[in-house]
Amino acid sequence: MPSDLTQYLDYALIAMLLAVGFAIVRLRNLFAVVMLTGVYSLLSAAWFVSLDAVDVAFTEAAVGAGISTVLMLGAMLLTARESEPAGKKRHWAAFAVVAAAGAALFFAIPDMPVYGDPDSPANSYVGMDYMDRTPNEIAVPNVVTAVLASYRGYDTMGETVVVFSAALGVMLLLGFGTGRREEDEEDEL
Amino acid sequence: MDVVTFIIALGLTASMAIMLARLFAGPTLYDRVLAANSFGTKTVLFLLVFAAIVDRQDAIDIALLYALINFVATIAILKFFRYRSLEIALAQMSLRKALDGEYDE
Repeated sequence: MPSDLTQYLDYALIAMLLAVGFAIVRLRNLFAVVMLTGVYSLLSAAWFVSLDAVDVAFTEAAVGAGISTVLMLGAMLLTARESEPAGKKRHWAAFAVVAAAGAALFFAIPDMPVYGDPDSPANSYVGMDYMDRTPNEIAVPNVVTAVLASYRGYDTMGETVVVFSAALGVMLLLGFGTGRREEDEEDEL
Repeated sequence: MDVVTFIIALGLTASMAIMLARLFAGPTLYDRVLAANSFGTKTVLFLLVFAAIVDRQDAIDIALLYALINFVATIAILKFFRYRSLEIALAQMSLRKALDGEYDE
């Protein structure tokens, strides 16, 4: 019974996620917080792998642990190195809203299908159809990859075009880097 | 799955937890950088062992991606410590510092 034992690894990963989350809130040193956010997304990506969501884990690792650590460091260059200590004031109304929302989520948990349940809605109607047709129509072993790259290929291409043109617009507005303009002019002569 | 592999995975999880403790406590920034980098390495190993446990080869690709990203993130953090800037390429930076005589602090 592999799933009986691997669930303990899941518990360990989730416990570490919880500890990292508390530490991110409590620590004042922003360098440590930036590194902990990277660790948080590494951990959550490892957890996604153990839930068989390999493509989500791929995205989480590339975006969460790679780019956003560097972006956070760049943002920290422009701001302070230490965060201000939080005030003693407690926001009871906000806490009540969060507690109510959390209680509603816990209330909804028993209605969810069991993990890996073959009769769950996600696995029974259109999902089963994709599972049946993908090996014959696309011949890609991973069904998620087949849906993203072939069944939904135009959609994915449109997303890529949108992201590319947004990045191009930002770069044209902000410039491609300032180091060359200020300091390297005498080197060009 | 064999029990030995599972015990290896548990051991890796325990060492990840130890690295986390160093990340939380770490008196200096360098302790934290070292702990974060080591934590990334432990995650790569954990994913490989996990791929062996559940017999899914896809997880090996993720582990390879992690190894690359971990390297890039550590370089970015160290560059930030050394130069307080992410803007200028490493090679140019060290050359300029060497020319200005600031390289050895």
